[in-house]
Amino acid sequence: MGPRPRRVGAVVLRQLYLLRGSPARVLPLFAWAAVDIVLWGFITRYLDTLLAPRLGLATLLLSAVLLWDFFTRVMHGVAMAFLEDVWSRNFLNVFASPLMVSEYVLGLVASSVLTSAVGLAVMVALAGAAFGLSMLAWGAALAPFLLVLFLTGIAFGVAAAAVVLRFGPASEWLVWPVPALLSPFAGVFYPVATLPGWMQAVARLLPPSYVFEGMRAVVAGGPVDGALLATGGALAILLVGLAAWLFARTHRHCVRSGLLARYSAETVS
Amino acid sequence: MTASAPTSVTPPGPVLSVRDLRRTFGATVAVAGVSFHVDRGEIVGLLGPNGAGKTTTIDMVLGVLAASAGSVRIEGLDVAVHRAAALERTNFAAVYAPLPGNLTVAQNLRVFGLFYGVRGLGARIERLLDELDLRRFRDVRCGVLSSGEQTRVGLAKALLNDPRLLLLDEPTASLDPAAARDVRARIRALARQGTMGVLWTSHNMREVEEVCDRVLFLASGRILLEGNPRTLPGEHGAATLDDLFVAVAHHPLQAEPG
Repeated sequence: MGPRPRRVGAVVLRQLYLLRGSPARVLPLFAWAAVDIVLWGFITRYLDTLLAPRLGLATLLLSAVLLWDFFTRVMHGVAMAFLEDVWSRNFLNVFASPLMVSEYVLGLVASSVLTSAVGLAVMVALAGAAFGLSMLAWGAALAPFLLVLFLTGIAFGVAAAAVVLRFGPASEWLVWPVPALLSPFAGVFYPVATLPGWMQAVARLLPPSYVFEGMRAVVAGGPVDGALLATGGALAILLVGLAAWLFARTHRHCVRSGLLARYSAETVS
Repeated sequence: MTASAPTSVTPPGPVLSVRDLRRTFGATVAVAGVSFHVDRGEIVGLLGPNGAGKTTTIDMVLGVLAASAGSVRIEGLDVAVHRAAALERTNFAAVYAPLPGNLTVAQNLRVFGLFYGVRGLGARIERLLDELDLRRFRDVRCGVLSSGEQTRVGLAKALLNDPRLLLLDEPTASLDPAAARDVRARIRALARQGTMGVLWTSHNMREVEEVCDRVLFLASGRILLEGNPRTLPGEHGAATLDDLFVAVAHHPLQAEPG
């Protein structure tokens, strides 16, 4: 039996109900990203006064901030939708229903599509209005960059949910710093070649590093490197598959060990 | 009752069939190979002291805990193999599984109605709101309801899909006497329609006598006694079901079958 859209939709509907009834949930969808855009917008404006404006530093840094925040929104979007069930102690109701694990995960992903789209729209509008960064000028070239980052965000979000499912509510703190831990390796603000050898090896495994290498080429006026993006895309698809496998395996482990039925205890020993 | 997911022809046999079900946690045996069934139209009481294995058994029936051995079949469907199809025919309410407090009553019922594939969901929700006296709480968040009101919301969720198997873990524990009587009468009426079987746990022996057609006494993970709750005490030299419960809970070895 394949996933049923009504059940996937119910996971999304739950998230929409929560957003509709809670400004505290809506604000973070774009507030921190907007703060990042404003902060980096002024930093780059200042740097442009010190360096030659033609270097396009503002475009480079703001584009990097915007794309990395998009990845962060996607990952946190999946994790947030999952954590709502942790916080409301809803696992027994959810997993004792006919909802399949694949439907649940697809629902988390679809919820993240909605929430990250809000964040992206606000970031693009703010970066354009306040600092003259027009991401839309990239045209169709923007789509593959966003797609690779989206898939990577989904993969890390689902993997983070699996970790919290396995290690209990207290492991939630592991979820939030993941983008910050990845960013030095992903070459968000500098070419991967800047990094020492071992960090470059890690970077080659991370799809975002291919996105940011490609982004820098586009900002410098060059063409989109198709091979680079294809490599990033293939890696991202692989990571999504691995994350889905990890979540399914973790769920199975929790059913077998008794962790799911006694989730808040974090142990069954 | 028209708004249900399992509309296929009712298969013959018990609605719930548990065979040699066993669950261990390391060296601890929580459920030691129990077998029982629940027929259509029947309310079966699962009784026992705290730690007897009642909730562990229910968790295995609901598929949230894997059995170490044995099988659970709901309308002939093995929960371990056909989990989604089996759970479409099942629902449950338990005091330890309240619905999310940050959604309103109607929102919770809509989300879970979609999970259970309920047809005609809007009408079904409105009907249950009336039947369980929840109309005035329709747009109130569950978290601000009293424990008795939350229990009624849980029951509404449990009845959403017109289940063939209804698992109720102490369903009247938080209810005032009038509401508890209403709930008992409603569940009995539903069971008497003949399509649904109910597995009911309770520590209120008077309630068990009133509601259940048959009871299973569970202690240390084993079923020690089984029978009609109104005649079982006399058959075992106890004055009341309460007395029998205490005797079995304190001296389970004397009640061991065989």
